[in-house]
Amino acid sequence: MPEGLVQAPAMPAALRQPVLEVRNLTIGFPLRQGTLRAVDGVDFDLHAGKTLCLVGESGSGKSATARAILRIVPRPGQIEAGSILYRGAGGETDIAKLDPGGRQVRAIRGGEIAMIFQEPMTSLSPLHTIGFQLVEAIRLHTRLDRRAARARAIELLRRVEVPRAENAFERYPFEYSGGMRQRAMIAMALACNPKILIADEPTTALDVTTQAEILDLMRELQRDLGMAVLFITHDMGVVAEIADEVAVMHRGRLVERGPVEDIFLAPQAAYSRMLIQSVLRLEEPAPQRAQRAERLPNAPILLKVDGLTKVFAPRKGLFRRGGEAVQAVAGVQLELREGETLGIVGESGSGKTTLGRCIMRILEPEGGSILLRQRDGSVTDVRGLDRAGLRQAHREMRMIFQDPYGSLNPRMTVGEVIGEPLLVNGLLSGEALRRRVGELLEMVGLPAAAAERYPHAFSGGQRQRISIARAVALSPRLIVADEATSALDVSIRAQVLDLLLDMQERLGLSFLFISHDIGVVRYFCDRMAVMYRGRIVETGSTEQVCSAPEHGYTRALLSAVPSADPRRRGLGRRSRYRDE
Amino acid sequence: MSTSTAAAPPPLPATRLADTLSPRRLMWLRFRRHRLAMLGLIVVGLIYFTAAFAEFLAPMDPNRAAARYALHPPQSITWFEHGEDGLRFRPSVPFYRMERDRRTLQARFVPDPDRRIYLRLFGEGDPYRFWGLFPASRHLLAPEQPGDPLFLTGADRLGRDVLSRTIYGARISMTVGLVGVALSLFLGVGIGGLAGYYGGRVDWVVQRLTEYVISLPTIPIWMALAAAVPRDWPPLTVYFLITLIVSLIGWTELARVVRGRFLSLRTEDFVTAARIDGCSEMRIIFRHMLPSFASHIIASMTLAIPLMILAETSLSFLGLGLQPPTISWGVLLKEAQNIRSIAAAPWLFLPGAAVVVAVLALNFLGDGLRDAADPHA
Repeated sequence: MPEGLVQAPAMPAALRQPVLEVRNLTIGFPLRQGTLRAVDGVDFDLHAGKTLCLVGESGSGKSATARAILRIVPRPGQIEAGSILYRGAGGETDIAKLDPGGRQVRAIRGGEIAMIFQEPMTSLSPLHTIGFQLVEAIRLHTRLDRRAARARAIELLRRVEVPRAENAFERYPFEYSGGMRQRAMIAMALACNPKILIADEPTTALDVTTQAEILDLMRELQRDLGMAVLFITHDMGVVAEIADEVAVMHRGRLVERGPVEDIFLAPQAAYSRMLIQSVLRLEEPAPQRAQRAERLPNAPILLKVDGLTKVFAPRKGLFRRGGEAVQAVAGVQLELREGETLGIVGESGSGKTTLGRCIMRILEPEGGSILLRQRDGSVTDVRGLDRAGLRQAHREMRMIFQDPYGSLNPRMTVGEVIGEPLLVNGLLSGEALRRRVGELLEMVGLPAAAAERYPHAFSGGQRQRISIARAVALSPRLIVADEATSALDVSIRAQVLDLLLDMQERLGLSFLFISHDIGVVRYFCDRMAVMYRGRIVETGSTEQVCSAPEHGYTRALLSAVPSADPRRRGLGRRSRYRDE
Repeated sequence: MSTSTAAAPPPLPATRLADTLSPRRLMWLRFRRHRLAMLGLIVVGLIYFTAAFAEFLAPMDPNRAAARYALHPPQSITWFEHGEDGLRFRPSVPFYRMERDRRTLQARFVPDPDRRIYLRLFGEGDPYRFWGLFPASRHLLAPEQPGDPLFLTGADRLGRDVLSRTIYGARISMTVGLVGVALSLFLGVGIGGLAGYYGGRVDWVVQRLTEYVISLPTIPIWMALAAAVPRDWPPLTVYFLITLIVSLIGWTELARVVRGRFLSLRTEDFVTAARIDGCSEMRIIFRHMLPSFASHIIASMTLAIPLMILAETSLSFLGLGLQPPTISWGVLLKEAQNIRSIAAAPWLFLPGAAVVVAVLALNFLGDGLRDAADPHA
């Protein structure tokens, strides 16, 4: 049972009053055509010792809300109406009425209300040691002398579980890993015992195992220090893990607010129902997968990768000393049957993207074989193909990229982008090409008229649909999808996954689905392979790997994945994996 | 429910104007909002217009010398005249009489209140061949009596009209920039593209070459190269040689820009996607990579033109570039090289003002283009 949910029966009245009361907060960004209401009439309270999660998809105004509390709304945005009542040591203050550059706000900022950000590297100065920055933060708000501040800084680093705190004190941010940097940021935020901690997507840039550790740490600190936490996230799993109360934002408005169980089990507003549903749906395997479960083991093997190796050699130049070579992919072996989806999961740096790119021969592997079964049943080794042969092979195996913004040429219309593979392979041109592009667009759920527009006119999800249309234009048999849904909001993610499943049924596609998101893999993939430091440590059917993981790393990875059910919070002990 | 997505296409976002526009059109819209850059564009446009129609716009033949009008002061135009039937449009300038100081024998020009020189729009004046092709003699503004002195911005040491000479000078000075930049562009895109696209050893060699060229002290190099130009070559040949010399130095900056863009684009997902689509190397370069930084190149080119203009001006000012009788702003400024002319005839600096205005306008234009091409830079 999480500590925060226990209602202390005899709490003094002063404590039960919220530390922060936000009422009717409205933030506007003046644009050329009128004002954009980024935040529109938002109300919520923060209580000591409690966590309020502010959830919403990108552009919903959750970050602007958090920044308004510290009066750091980016220009030209400004608070148009509402109050932010803060109850601190010096009585009540309405932060919304203060001068954003004034002394009072600066005393509250950092001293009473602290904030941590998504990317800790950009919020730490690269030129100073972590210790120097900590001492500076402490001395800015307290009267400690240098020596005492140093002692306090080391104590704080120890508090946030940075190993060997005395050594870590002298180190620079670039010598820290992502998770350690976020710990250092938290230490800095705690430097002056703030009453309120605002965390803006603090774990989004981190791997799932690191995320779990940071969430543990934050929960523990909150229990010990009794802070109020405003936690901003788009990840419903994290919400279920950490929230006492949830506020759902949509297009600048607060659509629903309530205790975490109510939001997850009985959401009232249509938008939060949709949000929860798209999260819960990904908890179950997709229905299409059950239908094909029987015939898959008998399907012929489409792709067989054996002993694939890729080494990134250090660049050597006339005046450059060579560094150490990195073995990104170390003897990977995998099989993919026709019509099957194989998920490749792993954390950043595990070599999963490199593996995908080696199979496509965007990168040249150093060793191993990539055997692709042709339509006539013969087998070719993609690794041995020359340019012309590779061009042929690329009509059979296509790729979908992660970044929906970088993967479409911004200077070409959508029609040109989708038609490109058909045109350059000399398959279609002129009116026939235009018609085919229209069909492809409709197949991925976009109107044919979209062909005339440029990519910048489309949202992330729509762009990913365009990428899919381009990938299937040549009627391929294999698609390597590299984090194809990672950059999308959760509701859009489910739609795109369903589109992919639909295409798979219709066109008989096989997917190699590279992802760091176990939830998505569980929904989408028939089998999964877990990658760790360039090796595949475990392969098996998705259900088997998820329910009975054999390898220690798989166990650690799975136990770190937050479950989108607040009742299951903290169940199942987390296991950590340490490589020898 | 899971298959419903394909059946019910989500509607396109409400049609905003910006959505249906091409990236180039959006760039133009952003540029339009940049006031200083729009001003720059208008001024640059006017200067090139002037250069194109120099023969017609200049009131006189720039080479017509008359010793008696040496260092004639500027005359100011009166556009209207009081006649019997009220105010009448009749432009005129005062006539200046030359007097000599009895003791120093120095020439002085004093306005003659009894005599005015009347002007005519589209009047007959010195004959010329328009663009060297069509014989004509009309000028935008000419004295009613051909041969009367008309020096709106004064005359030089030999009694030639400074305004006419400045207008003619724009022709050479402004095109030196264009031709030089075109050559630089050719060299820069070629060499930089080579380095950026192939990378590795080629890149290393090209980078070192670029650094070497940048390290050369410009003025001595120009002097050496210009000194190598034989004195007896015709002015047109010298002109092309000078542009060549100027652009030989100017390509380095462009080469670096192009190389950087190639390097960053090479790893872009959409370029990888094009490769998987089966595009040839040529198609990848010309269809996918070049268009995405064409606007940057245009912007850097616009910023390079003023450097070229300044280079030509300095070379000619030093007497190493173009030589009289060719007329360029640098050649004209050479006239103003001594203290005496500053004291006696400050209007000889008009070409200098023209250089300042042209360079500033081009810089504003270039800045605006760069901001519009990449609003996040």
